[in-house]
Amino acid sequence: MIWLRSSLLPILTVVAAIFVLWYAGAVGLNSKWAYDKANRAGVTLSFSELVADTWSQEKPKLPGPHQVAAEIWKTTGAMVLRGKAFSKRSLIFHGWITLSATMLGFVLGTGFGILLAIGIVHNRAMDMSVMPWVIASQTIPILAIAPMVVVVMNSIGFSGLVPKSIISMYLSFFPVVVGMTKGLRSPDAMQMDQMRTWNASKWQTLIRLRLPSSMPYLFTSLKVGIAASLVGAIVGELPINQDGGLGARMLVGSYYSQTIQIWSALLTAAALAAVLVGIVGLVQGATLKRMGMAR
Amino acid sequence: MNWAVFALGFWGVAWWINLRLAKMPRSRVTSFAIPALFGITLLVLWEGAVRGFGVNPVLLPAPSAIAVRFATSIPILWTDFAQTFIKGALSGYLIGCGAAFLTAIAVDRSPFLQKGLLPVGNFVAALPIIGMAPILVMWFGFDWQSKSAVVVVMVFFPMLVNTVQGLQASDHMQRDLMHTYGASYPQALMRLRLPAAMPFVFNGLKICTTLALIGAIVAEFFGSPIKGMGFRISTEVGRLALDMVWAEIAVAALAGSAFYGCVAMIEKAVTFWHPSQRRG
Repeated sequence: MIWLRSSLLPILTVVAAIFVLWYAGAVGLNSKWAYDKANRAGVTLSFSELVADTWSQEKPKLPGPHQVAAEIWKTTGAMVLRGKAFSKRSLIFHGWITLSATMLGFVLGTGFGILLAIGIVHNRAMDMSVMPWVIASQTIPILAIAPMVVVVMNSIGFSGLVPKSIISMYLSFFPVVVGMTKGLRSPDAMQMDQMRTWNASKWQTLIRLRLPSSMPYLFTSLKVGIAASLVGAIVGELPINQDGGLGARMLVGSYYSQTIQIWSALLTAAALAAVLVGIVGLVQGATLKRMGMAR
Repeated sequence: MNWAVFALGFWGVAWWINLRLAKMPRSRVTSFAIPALFGITLLVLWEGAVRGFGVNPVLLPAPSAIAVRFATSIPILWTDFAQTFIKGALSGYLIGCGAAFLTAIAVDRSPFLQKGLLPVGNFVAALPIIGMAPILVMWFGFDWQSKSAVVVVMVFFPMLVNTVQGLQASDHMQRDLMHTYGASYPQALMRLRLPAAMPFVFNGLKICTTLALIGAIVAEFFGSPIKGMGFRISTEVGRLALDMVWAEIAVAALAGSAFYGCVAMIEKAVTFWHPSQRRG
C-alpha cells in the first residue's frame, strides 16, 4: 500500500496530466478545421459541439487518444477475432516485421559487441586503437546512413530483413561494447590476484570471474541496445516501404495525411519498445538474483 | 590486385607498429598515434579493396573519390549544413534542453511531481520518439521549423531526466550545512544544488548533441525544402550518387564530433572540480 501511494500515485498523476494536455491539444489544433466546416455549413458552433467535433474528425491534426485506441484495436484485436491476424492491413503483421528485424540485429550486435569487448580487454594494442574510435563513433549520427545501407544492400541482392537488421546491429553494437569493456574490467585487483594464486589461465579467468562480474553492466547496455535496435529497424523501413513494418506504416500514413494511422503505428512502436525493455529488465532481475548480485 | 596486396601489407606493418607502440608506456604521443594509425589503416584497406577488387563505385566509392567530391561540392555541403545543423538541430537543441532544464527546476520543489516525472521520463526516453517526425513535419511545415520541433521532442526527456537526477545529487550533509547558514531556497539552489547538478546536466547535454543531429536529419526524410543533409542523402541515394552521400555523412560526422567536443570543453570549464575532470 505504501508503494502504491509513494510511487504509483505520482506516476498516474503525470500520466493523467499528459492525457489532459493531449485532449486539450486536440481541441486547439483541430478547431480551425471544425470552424471552417461550420462556416461553410453556415452554423455557429457551441463549445460542446466544437469539442465533440475536434475529437471525432476523420483526418485530424492531432487525433484524440480514444481515436488512436480505436484504430489500434481495429487493426489488431478486431482482426485477430476475424482470424486475419497476419493480413497486410494488420498492425500485428507490421509489428512482427519490425520485431524480427530488431531481434536479428540485436542478437548479432550483442554477440559482436561482447566478442569485441573481450578482445579489447585482453589486447592492449586493440584497446588503444579501437576504443577511441568506438567512443568517437557515438557522436556521429549513424542513423543518417540508414537509407544508404538499405538501398545499397538491396541493389546487391539482399532485401527484406537483412539490411534493416544490419542497421539495428550497428546501433545495438556500441552500447554493448562500451558497457562490456567496463564490465569485464570491473573485477578488482584483489579478485584478479586470487585468480593468479589459483594459477587460473586467461580463459578460466574470463569464464569464472570476468564474465560473471560483467553481468550488471551487460544488462544495462542491453536495455539501451534493444531500444536503439528498434529505432534502427523503424528508420531502416523508411526508404523501402513495400515490405511493410511500423516505419513503412508511418511513412505511408504521412504521404496520405492519415494521422490516426501514424499515431497508432507510433504507439504500437512505443508499446513494443516498452515490452522489449521490460523483458530485458525481467531477465536482468532473475539473473542477478540467481547470481546473488541483486541490489 | 596490386592495390589489395599493398593494402594488406600496409595493414600488417601498421598492426606491428601499433603492437610495439602499445608496449611503450602510455603517453600523449602513443594515445594519439595508435588510434590515428588504426584509422588510416582502415582508410587504406578500404581504398585498396575498392581499387584492387574493382568494386562498383555505385556500391562503395573509394575514400579518395569521396574526398574529391567533398572538395568540389563545398558550397552545396555548406548550404545543407546551415539548413540542417544551424537552423534545425542547433535551434531545437537550445530550445529543448533549455525547456527541460527549466522544467526540472520547476518540479524540483515538489517531490511528488519528481517521483512521477522520473519514471515517465525514463520510459519516454527509451521510446522510438523519432517516429514523431512525420507528425511534426505535418504540423510545422517542410522548412526548418519542423526539424527544430523534432529535435525539441527528442532531446527534452533525456535532458529532463538527467537534470532532475542532478538536482538530487547533493548529499544530506551539504544540504544541512546550507540550512545551518540560513540559506533561502534560491540561495541553496544557486550556490549548492545547481553546481552539484552540473556533471549530470552536461551528461544530458552530451547525449543530446547526437540525438539533435539524428533528429534533424531523419526528420528531413519525411519532407523538406530542396536543401538539407537528410534531403541530400535521400535524393542522392535515389540517384545512386553514393560519393555525394558519403561526403554528406562525412559532414555529419564532423559536425557531430565538433558539437560534442564543444559541449565537452564547456563541461571541462564548468565542472573543473569534479573527480572525472581532475588529473592526478
